[in-house]
Amino acid sequence: MVLFFFLNISLGSVSIPISETFKSLFGSIENESWQYIIQNYRLPKAFTAILVGSGLGISGLLMQTLFRNPLAGPFVLGISSGASLGVALIILGSGFLGGIFTTILVSKWSVVIAASLGSFLVLLAVLAVSSKVRDTMAILIIGLMFGSITAAIISVLSYFSSAEKLQQYIFWGFGSLGNLSWTELFIFFLVYSIGLVLSILSIKGLNTLLLGENYAKSLGLNLKQSRFIIIIATSLLAGTVTAFAGPIAFIGLAIPHLTRQLFHTSNHKILLPAVFLFGAILMLICDSIAQLPNSDYTLPINAINSLVGAPVVVWLLVRKRRMIF
Amino acid sequence: MTTKNEHIVLKTENLSIGYTLKKEKKVIASNINLELQKGKLIGLVGANGIGKSTLLRTLTNVQKPLEGVVYLNSKSVEYYQPVELAKQMSLVLTEPIASKNLSVFELIALGRQPYTNWVGNLTEEDIRIINQAILLTNIDDLKSKKCFELSDGQLQKVMIALALAQDTDLIVLDEPTTHLDMYHKAYILKLLQKLTKETKKTILFSSHEIDLAIQLCDMMIVMTKNQVISNQPCKLISEGVFNNLFPQDLIVFDEETGSFRVNK
Repeated sequence: MVLFFFLNISLGSVSIPISETFKSLFGSIENESWQYIIQNYRLPKAFTAILVGSGLGISGLLMQTLFRNPLAGPFVLGISSGASLGVALIILGSGFLGGIFTTILVSKWSVVIAASLGSFLVLLAVLAVSSKVRDTMAILIIGLMFGSITAAIISVLSYFSSAEKLQQYIFWGFGSLGNLSWTELFIFFLVYSIGLVLSILSIKGLNTLLLGENYAKSLGLNLKQSRFIIIIATSLLAGTVTAFAGPIAFIGLAIPHLTRQLFHTSNHKILLPAVFLFGAILMLICDSIAQLPNSDYTLPINAINSLVGAPVVVWLLVRKRRMIF
Repeated sequence: MTTKNEHIVLKTENLSIGYTLKKEKKVIASNINLELQKGKLIGLVGANGIGKSTLLRTLTNVQKPLEGVVYLNSKSVEYYQPVELAKQMSLVLTEPIASKNLSVFELIALGRQPYTNWVGNLTEEDIRIINQAILLTNIDDLKSKKCFELSDGQLQKVMIALALAQDTDLIVLDEPTTHLDMYHKAYILKLLQKLTKETKKTILFSSHEIDLAIQLCDMMIVMTKNQVISNQPCKLISEGVFNNLFPQDLIVFDEETGSFRVNK
């Protein structure tokens, strides 16, 4: 991971030699613009990549185990759809308000706040409804249904929006690791850490859940409490990632599968740190590719994730011929 | 009185089982008074849909009784903390385990969950108990296999080992012989009998293998439409309880052989 971290930092639209990159990290170099680029642009981006990749990977793992469903991901609870709705309302909805409001509303922070607020509200709705049902599978369906509702609202909004606004919204949907200041990164890290600690506390419960809910209960697991902690951990991890980096697809679903195939185990004591590492590494690689080193273009990170990651997962499944779950 | 009570692991008092649907009580069986003694093998039999599962679910605190109390080691099961209950009573259910990617050893090790620390690390004592459970159930050769590689009979033995590793006074099994061939049905029940003798645990299981249960159990609980009776198998036979177990039009109970016969 350390290796890919440095690789990620040393690559970018402005070509900076690797040796100079090292020097700038552990001291200073004469070229001030290089120093500036690395300190204020590439370093935060690399840290963001690590947080995004590991955060989404872990929340995907939690959801797949909790729902005992290999298709579950970090966004089954409606987090991503809620964030999308919030951002859509801000960007697309601002068209209706018109004039001066537009410029104030569509700033970086307002998008972050809209995304957090949106995902938080949809999540609350999903949790409120799901606390009424006893079956964990029902929570999965409820989450998907809320996703459909928000998607429908976004469709209606985009139908009435100008092409320019629509493009702006779509660009947010591509996901982005860049543009995070150190302050933003700090807040991101704070919330992320709480989610991570809760996940680590859930390891034992997650292993017990591998037997199914009824067995877990008979082994003395406090089912309601564990379910609650796991859901909160996922919301914190996936929620902050979405708020700061947009709806990053694929990682949350694929990384847990990738890790299970490589490590041949379902034991969360091994899986959790492994997913953390793989998520971070894959994200760093994908981001390095998305930067298109030495060119002026940056590709959407979501597209690269799937382009790089999907073949790897397919290849692993075909080679092992059997899905480990 | 007190000396007698020490030998009773599970006791019910005027238990009434069933469920509440839209505030309307649906009673399945009532006035159930059972006493399960330490180190005994107890079989629960009854026709399909008579309420065996409901009774087991009530005894194991999965569902609440409509009336009456279930005492486990002289304490009402409703007052147990989940972890404390898991140290006194283990369950083997009919449903398959969710993830079959666990190795047999890993699976049995999960039986130690009520005792392990917050991250689930095994101590030497835990490993000793797990190995003993493996030894008792004769599955040493399966230890490193994955659960998806096992046959139904092997998996049932592993699940019994899981319950043993939980180190409880009482083990409750819901139809442990379904899906098994004749040989393995007898094998599993014989294994349960051996375990009660060697470990002094009380084992309660529900089954449709009435003739096997009559031969192997120390005590049987028979559920019919009108009552729930428990006694030693031979006494139940002489009382003619099994004659009323099923409708008489197709099969009859033969008291001499202790088995059912088809009307010719």
